[in-house]
Amino acid sequence: MLAFLLRRIGLLIPTFIGVTIAAFGFIRLLPGDPVLLMAGERGLTPERHAELLKQFGFDRPIYEQYFDYLVGVLQGDLGNSLVTKKPVFEEFFTLFPATLELSICAIIFAIALGLPAGIIAAVKRGSVFDHSVMSTALVGYSMPIFWLGLLFIMLFSGLLGWTPVSGRISLLYFFEPVTGLMTVDAFLSGQPGAVRSALSHLILPTIVLGTIPMAVIARQTRSAMLEVLGEDYVRTAKAKGLPPVRVIGLHALRNALIPVITTIGLQVGVLLAGAILTETIFSWPGIGKWIVDSISRRDYPSVQGGLLMIAVIVMLVNLTVDVLYGLVNPRIRHQR
Amino acid sequence: MADVAVSSSVNVKRAVLAEFWYYFRENTGAVIGLWFFVLLVLVAIGADIVAPHEPNLQYRDSLLVPPVWQEGGQWRFLLGTDAVGRDVLSRLIHGSRFSLFIGCVVVSIALSGGILLGLIAGYFRGFVDTFIMRVMDVILSFPSLLLALVLVAVLGPGLVNAMNAIGIVLLPHFVRLTRASVMAEREKEYVVAARVAGAGRLRLMFMTILPNCLAPLIVQATLAFSTAILDVAALGFLGQGAQPPTPEWGTLLAEAREFMLRAWWVVTFPGLAILTTVLAINLIGDGLRDALDPKLKRS
Repeated sequence: MLAFLLRRIGLLIPTFIGVTIAAFGFIRLLPGDPVLLMAGERGLTPERHAELLKQFGFDRPIYEQYFDYLVGVLQGDLGNSLVTKKPVFEEFFTLFPATLELSICAIIFAIALGLPAGIIAAVKRGSVFDHSVMSTALVGYSMPIFWLGLLFIMLFSGLLGWTPVSGRISLLYFFEPVTGLMTVDAFLSGQPGAVRSALSHLILPTIVLGTIPMAVIARQTRSAMLEVLGEDYVRTAKAKGLPPVRVIGLHALRNALIPVITTIGLQVGVLLAGAILTETIFSWPGIGKWIVDSISRRDYPSVQGGLLMIAVIVMLVNLTVDVLYGLVNPRIRHQR
Repeated sequence: MADVAVSSSVNVKRAVLAEFWYYFRENTGAVIGLWFFVLLVLVAIGADIVAPHEPNLQYRDSLLVPPVWQEGGQWRFLLGTDAVGRDVLSRLIHGSRFSLFIGCVVVSIALSGGILLGLIAGYFRGFVDTFIMRVMDVILSFPSLLLALVLVAVLGPGLVNAMNAIGIVLLPHFVRLTRASVMAEREKEYVVAARVAGAGRLRLMFMTILPNCLAPLIVQATLAFSTAILDVAALGFLGQGAQPPTPEWGTLLAEAREFMLRAWWVVTFPGLAILTTVLAINLIGDGLRDALDPKLKRS
């Protein structure tokens, strides 16, 4: 197992270096002088320009600049935001819990609906239920989620007035963040109604962000189950006279879940891409909205840092999924 | 003799097409999707004739007119007008041109680049393969929309750059698919036979191996077509894709956002257009997969 783990981590290193080159190259590829870009609209005297050029190291050879950047990254130094002047690393982790909370809720929503729907659809193959689940999944898979978000706001916030339009909690409540997860903090604060307010802010973004993963999980679960249900050992289990619940739940599901776990892991990238849209629509103060705002404010160090951090998160989650996959499936673990 | 050979190869092609159509037709959803898509193509081609108004013509006396069936609706604006008095239906019809164009361009970029890189990686292996695949891993480490956003930030907002960016983002899927099929095919007897007969590298790659790797690529291209429409619309929605007053569907949604609580139609119809188009293409993709996958056929 250790050899498998080390081999997987070893494979990550070139990808990580590639990601840092991409993030490093981003600012250099921007059209125009990097110092002028960072200075924004203010304009600079030639002396100040030369001074800044030296300060940021733009006058040195490109490989030296990259090496410095890489050393900085490894020490958690992603530069400072041009707008707030705070370290990008700090900004990222201030906002990350909001995205994390939303993503966790979305994936729970997606699994809670997608997994059972996929299983039942496979068991009752060809039934009305199967057809309706698969049609719904296909619609969900084709959904422009930014539009779904707007429809939800029009319907539930505008017309029915059930949910708030934006933000994470009502302005009536204030407490110091402990975990950064609003629902947990609201619970810890003990203020009456705070949890309810946090949940009501969370529900629409969760559904919007969870829609595509839910559809993908339902489709994948169904096809994995169908494959497994045709296997000999399932027939043997049935022939032994085991109750259907046991055959499906114990014999079939455990094997069908292996590819489903990978699918769920792969949804992290989908969630983070979806977070860009969902957070923009619901003014959710997470990293997705932060990156969109940083791009429009031309705060390039923030964009660069965000890009790198998100890629690292995706890589780490993929590693975790691979390791989990190796744990549940010895065939993968011993593959050379 | 030669005539017989030619006519039999035509017959084989016909038989393959007939078999494909036989399996494709069994999937009702796919057929519906195909019909819808054909209709969309016709509408896009004839947009100038079909659309009742000019897409950018502003009727300043008819701002935010609701659809015809709602109180206050007018027959000359079937789906209502937007905040500056442009006909929503006409803009949607002209927008279909952009969506189909976007799909074609993005798929062409991703497919041609992906096939080329995948063939090179799978055929030559070794260092070239490792290098290409690591670069693809790097691209795949970024969530697609994020990478596209950043690429557009580098290239500058606009429809052409958005299409290029999405094309690059979709590239790795094609590279991986092509490489995997090439690696499976290159050791097979017919390839060895062609090599023994003296076929050169390029002939082996493009004429012998590639045609036998096409089935999964066709399915992937269909899926990429719908992803391209969705992602370019998303970029348009974020203000980084097509710029107003281009009637691209995502850009229409971005413009409509501030009026959504007053005028539901300006938000609802563009999104519905995106959804139905993407859905139709995905239905076709499912049908193609079923029809082209021999494993499923036999089961």
